[in-house]
Amino acid sequence: MFRELTIGQYYPGDSIIHKLDPRVKLMGALVFIVTVFLANNVFSIVVVTAFLITFIALSHVPLSFMLKGLRAIVMLLVVAGIFNLFLTPGNVIVQFWIFRITDVGIKNCIFMIIRMTYLIVGTSVMTLTTTPNQLTDGLEKSLGFMNKVKIPVHEIAMMMSIALRFIPILVEETDKIMKAQMARGADFESGGVFKRAKNMVPILVPLFVSAFRRANDLALAMEARCYNGGEGRTKMKPLSYNAYDHRAYVIEGLFLAATIVSNILYNRYVSDLFANMLGM
Amino acid sequence: MGIIKAQDVSYQYIRRDEEDNIEDISVALDKVSLDVEKGQFICVLGHNGSGKSTFAKLLNALLTPSEGTIYVDGIDTSEEERVMEVRQKAGMVFQNPDNQIIASLVEEDVGFGPENIGVPTDEIWERVIRSLKAVGMWEYRDHSPNKLSGGQKQRVAIAGVMAMEPMCIIADEPTAMLDPVGRTEVIEALHQLNREKHVTVILITHYMEEVIGADRVFVMEKGKVALKGTPREVFSQVERLSELSLDVPQVTLLAHELKKSGLNIGDGILTREELVQALASLSS
Amino acid sequence: MSLILDKVSHVYSPGNAYETVAIKDAIKDVSLKIEDNEFLGIIGHTGSGKSTLIQHMNGLLTPTSGTIYFNGKDTSEKDFPKKELRSKVGMVFQYPEHQLFEPTVFEDICFGPKNLGLSKEEIDDRVYEALRLVGFPEDLISASPFDLSGGQKRRAAIAGVLAMKPDILILDEPTAGLDPKGRDDILDMIKDMHEKTGNTVVLVSHSMEDIARLVDRIIVMNEGQVQFDDTPKEVYKNYKELEKMGLRAPQITYLMNDLRSFGFDVSTEATTVEEAKKEILSLYGKN
Repeated sequence: MFRELTIGQYYPGDSIIHKLDPRVKLMGALVFIVTVFLANNVFSIVVVTAFLITFIALSHVPLSFMLKGLRAIVMLLVVAGIFNLFLTPGNVIVQFWIFRITDVGIKNCIFMIIRMTYLIVGTSVMTLTTTPNQLTDGLEKSLGFMNKVKIPVHEIAMMMSIALRFIPILVEETDKIMKAQMARGADFESGGVFKRAKNMVPILVPLFVSAFRRANDLALAMEARCYNGGEGRTKMKPLSYNAYDHRAYVIEGLFLAATIVSNILYNRYVSDLFANMLGM
Repeated sequence: MGIIKAQDVSYQYIRRDEEDNIEDISVALDKVSLDVEKGQFICVLGHNGSGKSTFAKLLNALLTPSEGTIYVDGIDTSEEERVMEVRQKAGMVFQNPDNQIIASLVEEDVGFGPENIGVPTDEIWERVIRSLKAVGMWEYRDHSPNKLSGGQKQRVAIAGVMAMEPMCIIADEPTAMLDPVGRTEVIEALHQLNREKHVTVILITHYMEEVIGADRVFVMEKGKVALKGTPREVFSQVERLSELSLDVPQVTLLAHELKKSGLNIGDGILTREELVQALASLSS
Repeated sequence: MSLILDKVSHVYSPGNAYETVAIKDAIKDVSLKIEDNEFLGIIGHTGSGKSTLIQHMNGLLTPTSGTIYFNGKDTSEKDFPKKELRSKVGMVFQYPEHQLFEPTVFEDICFGPKNLGLSKEEIDDRVYEALRLVGFPEDLISASPFDLSGGQKRRAAIAGVLAMKPDILILDEPTAGLDPKGRDDILDMIKDMHEKTGNTVVLVSHSMEDIARLVDRIIVMNEGQVQFDDTPKEVYKNYKELEKMGLRAPQITYLMNDLRSFGFDVSTEATTVEEAKKEILSLYGKN
């Protein structure tokens, strides 16, 4: 039942993308998200697509892996697509009964689906090529400035990495608890929503009791090993940039610039052309 | 002075109700005194609830005595500003293998302790390599702890403590959740560290077989030291041990039974070889 | 009541991309019959397939190939009552913490019989009977199961399954994590209960010493297959093979073999301290 969970997945490899500093990849993901939202025409979409394909090819992660993440949001895509398609005002192209499809609607729908898909695939390039620990390290270091405004960045990063370590353990434990209750005749499959929710109690109570116990044990074990917060800690694997990382930052900058330029070019020369062609 | 010295140590768990009134006081330790020499392998035995786990936590300054004093390498564990020093000198391995591994990668977990005490990066790596090799887990350095067996996880936990270069390792029932293979692995690893790296080991357990190789044994009961001595001295008191709800290895029990039935066998037989020898000398 | 496994295999499907947490232990071609009124031990090291095997017995897992017959009926048939199988073959898992969840011990034990749809009176009767069978102290019946000691939790968990009145009771490592006294108490209780109810009991353990003094028959699992299926004495004769599987015969078996190879005229069959004592004493003309 937890097969669909994809948080913290890592696809081992030693591609150039795998080797990049996590901060570069975090920045890359941020740049990518920005460009996906900036891209509002054919030109810039082509630019973004080209970059995305290049990154995927460089990462050596099979495409099927990236697409897995999409399965979880297929329903969301369909619903959002339908809303965009039918509820956007504009020039009506097709009309039947109470539904009408407009030109803007089609455009919005297509762009929305492309954006969502790209967002999921693009960010999964990052998560699939970065170990959870590198990711939290990268976050801790990139967000270090927030310490100044009293946001406990180190503690949050530590919590994240511990959560990632314990998710698989708790998933397995849930499975064992379910089996123990099923052996006592518990039924998790039938009944309405309310009944099903009530049937979860025999799973949730032991799970919480166990999670608290584990948390308690872990806190004690960390204390015993001299953990005392982020202050005065050294790093076993400190992050440091190499030449590739610097180049990658430059490429990210160029990517952002290319998207913006293609937007400008489109608006200046092509959009009018289209408008004229459509006779407006 | 020994590496660990406990003087008249008592500890009480106090349970309070919502208004902070004392509801219940239970005495976990009652005036315990003991001395551990550097380099020894010590076992603390006792059934659940005998106070042995509380004792372990006191040695690592996770708890401080209600009365009395504990010195770890001359440092009073109740001195708040030296707590980190105490924890570095007396490292602790816990019972549940899953709940003491912090990182998602074996080598990173071993590096966790040294990171906390501010060891420079290069030295952390040296320590991690040395500790993982010492417990025979070097080949697994880039594995996820979730893929290891219980015994392997405990060895990683021991390496994690070793990487802090402690003088003493306190292992609080490290084998209670393991299968026989895992149990042997862990006890072997502790003995090896004791022999080769001269680390003092304090093993807290309720399995009698694990006590046999120890230098000294303390048996706890109701928060007090009920018996102490070498394994042979302790195991020669079969009846007293069963009063304390502990059993003895089958061979020791058999030797005791044979003696009771009139065979002339000495006390405190610990191994099969000893019993075979004792019986052989009878028939000749 | 009989349970027959005929060439049962189970292969775990290659899981999700998530790291597989436990070492999944497959079984292949396991055939065995569990007789009425039997006290059976299943032994094997971690990953030998023993936990996969027992989960087939009450239908928590279904075989990838092979058939399981319960009272002569094929359990894979569409109309086979799965729920009934789970109540007739009771299973107590290793950690009582995985099943205890109600505010009081009493309510927790009601959970099983309630799921069977029994009347209030019937449930109460069964709960009290189960509590008596496991020797649960009466003054703790309305305590919270989370406040109990390890041994008491174990008893409450066993009672929770017994209250469903199973014909076969499977106990997965019922003594894990208990101290010697707690372990002996639980094992004695199980033996007692077996004698009182006449139920079939399947005890899964990795401690040979525990099993040696209790069961009539031992099944040794190794690499997903049944390696030995015989009386304890016969199984322990293979103590050298057992060792290769990461298991050990009881210490007494080793001792008797040592004595014999030293030149003593003893039989190596003894597996318990009592038996060994008799054997050795007869050597010295005392008995």
